[in-house]
Amino acid sequence: MTAYVIRNANLLGDEVTDLRIVDGVISEIGRDLDTGDAEVLDADGLIALPGLVDLHTHLREPGREDAETVETGTRAAAVGGFTLVHAMANTDPVADTAGVVEQVWRLGREHGFCDVAPVGAVTVGLGGSTLAELGAMADSAAHVRVFSDDGKCVSDAVLMRRALEYVKAFDGVIAQHAQEPRLTEGAQMNEGELSGVLGLTGWPAVAEEAIIARDVLLAEHVGSRLHVCHLSTRGSVEIVRWAKSRGIDVTAEVTPHHLLLTDQLAATYDPIYKVNPPLRTADDVEALREALAEGVIDIVATDHAPHPSEDKDCEWAAAAFGMTGLETALSVVQHAMVDTGLLDWAGVAERMSAAPARIGRVATHGRPIAAGEPANVVLYDPRATRVVEPSDSVSRSRNTPYRGMELPGRVVATFLRGRPTVLHGAVVEEVAA
Amino acid sequence: MSAHTPDSTSPASSDPAGGTSTVVLDAGDISRALTRITHEIIEKNRGSSRVVVLGIPTRGVELGRRVAERMSEVDGHPVPYGSLDITMYRDDLRMKPARALEKTDIPVDLDDRVVVLVDDVLFSGRTIRAALDALNDLGRPRAVQLAVLVDRGHRELPIRADFVGKNLPTSLAEQVKVAVSGLDERDEVRIVSARQVAPGAGTR
Amino acid sequence: MRHLLSTGDLSRDEAVLLLDTAEEMLSVAERPIKKLPTLRGRTVVNLFFEDSTRTRISFEAAAKRLSADVINFAAKGSSVSKGESLKDTALTLQAMGADAVVIRHGASGAPARLARAGWIDSAILNAGDGSHEHPTQALLDAFTMRRHLAPAGDRTLEGRRVAIVGDVLHSRVARSNALLLSTLGAEVTLVAPPTLMPYGVASWPVETSYDLDPVLAKSDAVMMLRVQHERMNAAYFPSAREYSRRYGLDSKRMAKMPDDAIVMHPGPMNRGMEISADVADSTRSVIVEQVTNGVAVRMAALYLLLSGARTPEPTPGDAGGVLSDQTEGQA
Repeated sequence: MTAYVIRNANLLGDEVTDLRIVDGVISEIGRDLDTGDAEVLDADGLIALPGLVDLHTHLREPGREDAETVETGTRAAAVGGFTLVHAMANTDPVADTAGVVEQVWRLGREHGFCDVAPVGAVTVGLGGSTLAELGAMADSAAHVRVFSDDGKCVSDAVLMRRALEYVKAFDGVIAQHAQEPRLTEGAQMNEGELSGVLGLTGWPAVAEEAIIARDVLLAEHVGSRLHVCHLSTRGSVEIVRWAKSRGIDVTAEVTPHHLLLTDQLAATYDPIYKVNPPLRTADDVEALREALAEGVIDIVATDHAPHPSEDKDCEWAAAAFGMTGLETALSVVQHAMVDTGLLDWAGVAERMSAAPARIGRVATHGRPIAAGEPANVVLYDPRATRVVEPSDSVSRSRNTPYRGMELPGRVVATFLRGRPTVLHGAVVEEVAA
Repeated sequence: MSAHTPDSTSPASSDPAGGTSTVVLDAGDISRALTRITHEIIEKNRGSSRVVVLGIPTRGVELGRRVAERMSEVDGHPVPYGSLDITMYRDDLRMKPARALEKTDIPVDLDDRVVVLVDDVLFSGRTIRAALDALNDLGRPRAVQLAVLVDRGHRELPIRADFVGKNLPTSLAEQVKVAVSGLDERDEVRIVSARQVAPGAGTR
Repeated sequence: MRHLLSTGDLSRDEAVLLLDTAEEMLSVAERPIKKLPTLRGRTVVNLFFEDSTRTRISFEAAAKRLSADVINFAAKGSSVSKGESLKDTALTLQAMGADAVVIRHGASGAPARLARAGWIDSAILNAGDGSHEHPTQALLDAFTMRRHLAPAGDRTLEGRRVAIVGDVLHSRVARSNALLLSTLGAEVTLVAPPTLMPYGVASWPVETSYDLDPVLAKSDAVMMLRVQHERMNAAYFPSAREYSRRYGLDSKRMAKMPDDAIVMHPGPMNRGMEISADVADSTRSVIVEQVTNGVAVRMAALYLLLSGARTPEPTPGDAGGVLSDQTEGQA
């Protein structure tokens, strides 16, 4: 395996140093390292971050390979600086058995662009009525620790309680998609002034907040840990803040798009902005940013949701929910959090690498950049800018909501266990182990 | 109207933009022309009992009203008058932005009547062509006659006026502006060289 | 005007121009030959994803009176997931050379999507989209009100008081009317049970009331909206009888209205539900006249959208600038 010396990287924006990567491990950190026969990468002006970890990705395989595959999705992840993504269970067939999760996990290893940690379904077929074989998935080669019916809410309170309790046996966590189903029947966008004017069925904040409130109380009652997916409202932030203050073991994520975009975009009726949970108000965006800075929200997770063009090239009500996000996540976080002074690069590393790995109970990712640690490293140029062009995407799908927007930053290189998956901003093709 | 003042002694003046503007008919000239036209119409139709006067918006309507009223005075019985908007019959609708419609007001059944169309300026003849089409959809007059205040020539269709206030030879570079009191400050017809046309009065 | 998607897009001058034009168009209906050559050679497509015979016929009559060629395209079935997509339908119409597409669709915003997605460059007329808007209905309502309520010479509805009563939440007619009538200077009061009042209605340019009777006494026009029986099952109100008692217009209630006030209904009516038969058939009811005026208003809209030269409009393909502006400074 090629050895690398990375010259003059800015470690978490804090300290300029060299890194030596040998045999998949960061072997040495310091100024003016000997190059020897190592390949030298000039990282002048680049920020070095630990490889990013996404707790919420839709890779669509098996079943919707027209939207994304494990291969295309992990390539997109690598381009975005990720070294591990958690693949959501709402595939076809649903990832509710050891067989399916092992298949997805293995595909990730084979392609080698980014590790894949499958998320197991909580209920059989995401049906919301029968617990899936959570233990079998935990014991499988995929080593599943995160369980979610994402896309659907585990709305049955008893079932949710049982799931929270059951996964304690293997230190798992239930990642809840908080959406009260009856309050959101036919819902299309955030319920607010605009939904009434546009005649689009409203998606009230209370539909999310009511489930989060119930779930934190359940988690407290049974002493389990709970993870809240893609939190989107100020009210949700307040509930999580309150739960944490009571010592409830709850963690929460926010998506990049909820940190930047607002429901006003629905006025275009362009379903590129249709997403679940819906884009909320500017006030919610402000609350989410503050909560992420403060740590009430623990992590950023992309909810990368690729869709083929025909699922978006239609009228709003007929369109699929979701946006791609892997390739733009770090840029959006820089724009919304770092450039606004709310978060420093160490904070970014915590919320996009260390904390999501901890929640997913992944030992080999989200580690600090230090001698002896696995060489999962991103080199990022925060001074670069780009105008987002959907056609530039390496994801199979093009449904980015940032089309035409200028975003800061560019991932220059991604290392996965010492092997570059991205170099000079482009995917390195021969990475399969 | 242009900067030309009413008490100006010179009939021609220099336009600020370099064009020239010449008054060719003043209020008295216009009044005499309309009176003459009135008599010609009565003479040609042996009275005014079957006549309906339809002005073509905008300034033809006011001129038509004056002609009809003069006829009533001469003949001693009211002569019906109204307006005929030709916008929806124009042949150049697709060349310009959509236009607002003017009023069409047909005072009596036109069947078997003599319709006298009144317009301010006869130029290409296209307006009158459109007016004839519009009339066709409104009834079947016994005859249609045309009265214009000014005939400036340059016909593009085989159309002529029956009654003309003044024949005014012009070049295509010139424009004829008709002002009628009620819509404008005063009665006046002027020729303006194409460089500058003041807003307000109708230009043909 | 390039498209007619929402009455909210109309300035007062544009709205008045539409009504004035409709006034002229109405006179055509009284002529021996009810036809104008204005749109000869133009093709108008009626693209109806929902059945609405009355609206389609009205548009068809309007287009034909202006000599346009009319193609009726009934997109069968309300299921958009089956059959041809809106995009493919639009591409087909574009290839056929449609100059205007009159679209009725169950999804809010479908006409806006058609106008902006770049699939087709025809003029788009919204003939009712989901629970969003129905602009020509509002224009014909305003036109009818102006004929009855505006003093001679007043081309607006300045100071006129209009009550819109019923299922405002699901009503595209209510939305279009609220915006248009306010633009024309009318004072609009929406009357509905709280369950059928849209969320965020406080930001609309209207008054609201949960109680019909006090509003009736000070209304120059009362517009009753159709209430669908199935709303009952979704717990919007307990029973048809209770709804009718609290929000229905019967002759006893009508007697509370000022003497010259008019009663309107966009149709089709549920007699006995939101409006009693004797009210619907009374001399104050202008419901039949609304239908006549509908053709004139749609002629005006087609005329103003189609007769002139096509004015190029910047293509919205790239929303980047808008996006950045909206997201700037949210922190």
